[in-house]
Amino acid sequence: MIKPDMINKDGSQTGMTSSEKPILEIRDLGKSFGSVRVLHDISLTVMPSQVVVIIGPSGSGKSTLLRCCNCLEVPQEGSITICDKDIVTDGKMLPDKELNALRMHVGMVFQSFNLFPHLCVLDNVAVGPRKLRGMGKADAEALARRQLAKVGLENRADAYPAQLSGGQKQRVAIARALAMEPRVMLFDEPTSALDPELVGEVLQVMKALASEGMTMIVVTHEMGFARDVADEVLVMDGTVIEHGTPEEIFSNPRHPRTQSFLQSILSPG
Amino acid sequence: MDLDFSPVWQGMGGLMHGALVTVEVTVAALALSCCVGLLVGIARLDPKKRIIYTVASTYVLFFRGTPLLVQLFLLFFGLPQFDIMLPAFTCGMIGLGLYSGSYVSEIVRGAIQSIDNGQMEAARSMGMSYGQAMRIIILPQAVLRMVPPLGNEFIALIKNSALVSLLTISDLMHEGQKIISISYRSLEVYLAVALIYLVLTTAASQILRHVERRLRVGGMVQ
Repeated sequence: MIKPDMINKDGSQTGMTSSEKPILEIRDLGKSFGSVRVLHDISLTVMPSQVVVIIGPSGSGKSTLLRCCNCLEVPQEGSITICDKDIVTDGKMLPDKELNALRMHVGMVFQSFNLFPHLCVLDNVAVGPRKLRGMGKADAEALARRQLAKVGLENRADAYPAQLSGGQKQRVAIARALAMEPRVMLFDEPTSALDPELVGEVLQVMKALASEGMTMIVVTHEMGFARDVADEVLVMDGTVIEHGTPEEIFSNPRHPRTQSFLQSILSPG
Repeated sequence: MDLDFSPVWQGMGGLMHGALVTVEVTVAALALSCCVGLLVGIARLDPKKRIIYTVASTYVLFFRGTPLLVQLFLLFFGLPQFDIMLPAFTCGMIGLGLYSGSYVSEIVRGAIQSIDNGQMEAARSMGMSYGQAMRIIILPQAVLRMVPPLGNEFIALIKNSALVSLLTISDLMHEGQKIISISYRSLEVYLAVALIYLVLTTAASQILRHVERRLRVGGMVQ
């Protein structure tokens, strides 16, 4: 079992203090699809304002791990605790009602955006606050405009998703998640479906979020982002095979799988 | 061959009244059909919900798998054996509605299942319940995809409604036969009846085209 250390923003290590409780705690997680065991023996603690980046070859279970964190996938073994609530323990999920309430605190951004195509940009962002947080139309729209401004898209509020570029779509998706005012944000390969020249605008928004102190778990192949923004990098291959600061992982990888993975991704061909 | 359309002109009032009855029974049946179809279609989304799924599937099996005429006769001539006597119009509406509902349920199910799974995931990950996600996110998108096949179903329903003439309902078909029974001008009267059905089905497809255009908002490309 690997237990990543808790690391503060400045890189110094601390134990858990009474004032600072972990936002997310994963213990001994295991998950199989049929007879295929995709995740095993994963433990992870994420503290407030921490940015954890998960890297690893495709098929290594990164996305599955992330999707377990809001029960889009149900792990059969182990437990996950978010904001002091056990959302899943040994395959048993929290009752639907409590799970829905908890999911509001966990924002998710998908590789394929998953914006709602029948709603305009403003409604995409406002629909959550209106329907789930009980806000009035005017309040929800004001909040939505603030979040859109944050991702630099306040002038596209009346557009429909089909009229946006990929990078704009993903920024709207981030604004949509932020409008729920989540405690932690999950990013599932947010730039993998984008044209190369559009990746930067999304990463920029994510960097800004991180510097504001948002707690983030990011699955990505953007090593530059991992190096600059991550407090902790996990390398996965069915389980966490190595973890540490970006410095440790990128400059001095210990595990041979990490070494070969980084080599193939940093100097392809 | 001499054609004599004068019985048609003389009986035009009856035919128009019959056409109105046809429209009434069809629209009432369509409303029932859409309600039943929506519920059954949603019930058949998840085979793991055993009881609901089995009940809904049995309904589809029966109403899609037996002739509409037999279903109408069961309602009209069969139910009185249990002392349930429904007015002819009610039998016609229920029979047509339940028959058509079995097809509509498959239209509904197909449309919902064609919506990308990521939509449901995005909605659920925000904290929406399954019902909220269905209502706010999935169905509004699915409805648009239902319109073209629903148009087919609507037109089939108008044509199938001719069968309710056998339940003594004075619909378009029934009124036509009344004229024939006095004038013996089958060809002319049936031609006229066919033409009026054609007008009704054409109008229906125009209405649906209009509805589809109204629903297709903004830059929504599907």
